[in-house]
Amino acid sequence: MTDVVHPVHGEVHRHPAPTSFIRKYVFSTDHKVIGIQYWCLALFSVMVGMAMSALMRLQLGWPGQEWGFLKTLMPNAAETGTISGELYLSMLTMHGTIMVFFVLTTAPQGGFGNYFLPIQIGAADMAFPVLNMLSFWITFLALVVLLSAPFADSIAPFLGMDAASNVIGPIGGWTGYAPLSALGERAGPGQGLGVVLWVTSIALFCIASLLGALNFITTMLNMRTRGMSLMRLPLTCWAWFTTAVLALLSFPVLLAAGILLLLDHLALTSFFIPANEYVNGKLVTDHAGGSPILWQHLFWFFGHPEVYIAILPGMGLTGHILATFSRKPIFGYRAMVYAIFAIGLLGFFVWGHHMFISGMSPYSAIAFSLITLTIGVPSAIKTFNWLGTLWGGQIRFTTPMLFAIGFVSLFVSGGITGLFLGQTSIDLPLHDTYFVVGHFHLIMGVAAIFGMFAGTYFWFPKMFGKMMHEGMGKLHFLLTFIGVNAIFIPMHIMGMAGQTRRYSFHWNPVTGEGLHYLSNMTPLTRFVSWAAFFTITVQLIFLVNLVWSLAKGKRASENPWEATSLEWTISSPPPHDNFAGVEPVVHRGAYEFSVPGASKDYLMQTDAGGPAEVHGD
Amino acid sequence: MGKITGILMFVVAIGTVLLFKFGSALWWFPHGISENAGPIDAQFNRTLTVVAIAFVAAQIALGYAVMKFGRKGDARAVYTHGSNKLEAVWTIVTAVVFVFLAILGQRVWISLHLTAAADNAARAEVVAQQFQWNFHYPGADGVLGKTEAKYIDDSSLNFVGLDPTDAAGRDDAQLTTLIVPKDRQVELTLRSKDVIHSFFVPALRFKQDTLPGMAIKIHFTAKEEGKYEIPCAELCGSLHYNMKTNMVVIPADEYDRLVAMPEEKIKEQLGELLQRYQYQ
Repeated sequence: MTDVVHPVHGEVHRHPAPTSFIRKYVFSTDHKVIGIQYWCLALFSVMVGMAMSALMRLQLGWPGQEWGFLKTLMPNAAETGTISGELYLSMLTMHGTIMVFFVLTTAPQGGFGNYFLPIQIGAADMAFPVLNMLSFWITFLALVVLLSAPFADSIAPFLGMDAASNVIGPIGGWTGYAPLSALGERAGPGQGLGVVLWVTSIALFCIASLLGALNFITTMLNMRTRGMSLMRLPLTCWAWFTTAVLALLSFPVLLAAGILLLLDHLALTSFFIPANEYVNGKLVTDHAGGSPILWQHLFWFFGHPEVYIAILPGMGLTGHILATFSRKPIFGYRAMVYAIFAIGLLGFFVWGHHMFISGMSPYSAIAFSLITLTIGVPSAIKTFNWLGTLWGGQIRFTTPMLFAIGFVSLFVSGGITGLFLGQTSIDLPLHDTYFVVGHFHLIMGVAAIFGMFAGTYFWFPKMFGKMMHEGMGKLHFLLTFIGVNAIFIPMHIMGMAGQTRRYSFHWNPVTGEGLHYLSNMTPLTRFVSWAAFFTITVQLIFLVNLVWSLAKGKRASENPWEATSLEWTISSPPPHDNFAGVEPVVHRGAYEFSVPGASKDYLMQTDAGGPAEVHGD
Repeated sequence: MGKITGILMFVVAIGTVLLFKFGSALWWFPHGISENAGPIDAQFNRTLTVVAIAFVAAQIALGYAVMKFGRKGDARAVYTHGSNKLEAVWTIVTAVVFVFLAILGQRVWISLHLTAAADNAARAEVVAQQFQWNFHYPGADGVLGKTEAKYIDDSSLNFVGLDPTDAAGRDDAQLTTLIVPKDRQVELTLRSKDVIHSFFVPALRFKQDTLPGMAIKIHFTAKEEGKYEIPCAELCGSLHYNMKTNMVVIPADEYDRLVAMPEEKIKEQLGELLQRYQYQ
């Protein structure tokens, strides 16, 4: 038999929705389900990470104080009710790793990107649905491994290891600098199984992100619907695409570094351990020939692009939302796309600014410094164009719009201090102080999280078919915006005063221990702690809003925001195959608002009638 | 809502300026005592001026836009796709300002890292370990004895690993406080025995990681007598927060007399020195 009857195109991709619970909600290959899974994973992770911030701010504000509730909460780690130096560092390591990898990298890309990239380009699913499912479940496994790290003490006996040497989780910060992280238990508590689990988790995460990145890139390049030319794409798609390219090029380097670190740990190799180490009273004789600085180069070659992996999706979404609710086209669409590329590209040449004082060549420090300051230029272009998009608009102050506006403000506040840190000379006093902590929390922490909030309020109606409560949303924005500024802006001053990072306390006003030159910082430190408790508390409004809206929220129409991109042409929530088997046809760009001569103040990308598309940019 | 949001942006801009303006009386850089402190602070202030103008302008523009361009009935927004001219002007202006700052920002770095120390500089070695700073002085002969890892023995206080067979090392001193002369250049060789630490002296506006397997030379001149703290600035293990010591700056002639003494004598005098000065 040679005559194969080809099915009609369009039917090929129409696979029926799975019916079993497991295939539908657990091991689903539907990008929408996977997107929600990523989003839930990030929501869970951010709560764990935030709880740790609260405990750390408790210790920093009131060092050495006994807290009765801690004895109940952590009977082993805090049996006296105080937060020890080890416990503090362990929480700090977990906080950083959870937040950077499992919140900032998962929700904006794995969550919203997964859910909306295929729909915004008019595809029925991602290019490789099974790969997509795998990347989520490997991420999930990575999270489980990471969360087990603080319990290394209890796990060790099952692996035939010595239990007593693993006091509490990994100690190394999210950057895990070698050789401390490579030497194992002899380098002190928290360097044994805890670190092994930590780096295993990161390696797994790298694999998952790689699979995801391949999928995003292929999907965006190959699966755009008819008429969806590159310059008609929503900015969100450009941001997800560039993020995926960054991930594809940077995660393999971290994966390699992680494997080398594991080998140093477990197989007596010496990639990061030099000869003649004398650690904790003993000469190290089983390692020689490694470089202590190599880890930093590999780590930051990944680590700097990672900053943009966290923030680019938020930048794309901010432009998208600002245009939608200003009812104006993006100001300088092409410039925005090119600025995203420029940031992505330059992001690969500046990793050395994390290493000015690391002992690398002072000449390369100068080169890294000059390139670093030029990265401010595309960032300034983006800010300028966001303002240009608002200018002359008819702004509708919905909750997603407020968070997008907040994003712009925080992006400016957090980004602009890079002008200090990028200069070699000024970095000398500021490196590894709270100035850096304030800087990166504002930009890659809080600004990125504002992007996620904006995304949640914006797309919740599409994802769940219900509107979120606007009143609660607005209150959540106001209080959170005040709170985060109150936490992170004073941190810059602490850093100038010389407050070092990763200290469980700087000055104890009760015992008079600590650094004397910081003895006057207590009021500011406590203010920041109070601001942190306030900000964490007001996040309850968000959680309540989520639950309330899922249960009682107003039914969402197809296009509640009167937006233009393709996800708003289908029902809320969308059918299993997104467009119900009908391939959408795109006739114009994503930001045709207030077009003169049009009957309403927006034209959907699928609108064939109305005034013809103009290329004003 | 536009009004409230706009006001919020103004509050962020003005509040930050006020915090820096009036907070600086209470909280700022510690008093700087090195030849580099002045130029670094000056460059910081120059950058602060640029940053403050850009920051305030951006927040105020954002606040103004959200207050001014709120929805008015069914009116349509301005239909524009942007302006290439404005885009180009803005790009050039920011590029020039940022690159200019970046170039100015290398000056101290170059004098610090790309020039050699003076011949008559006072020399000593810094050997970091979990969780202690060791300082190795050359003694009366002015020559640092050979050190090797195999001779390190913390239990017999040979922290830096002085070679007992090297004659130049017999008069060397190992201290846990850094003593430096006032107004004379100091050249330190930074090493680490175990993991990465960071030699941070806020009063000098200086920081440099110390690495196992590497010897990094740095130099500075302390201009004021006094006692200054040296915290470790790179996470080095469970007691990182506890890794700190003092740097004592004393008159140069006293310094010369002191470091020519045997180790026990220097240690005897250290107590008095640490008492002499208040923390800055």
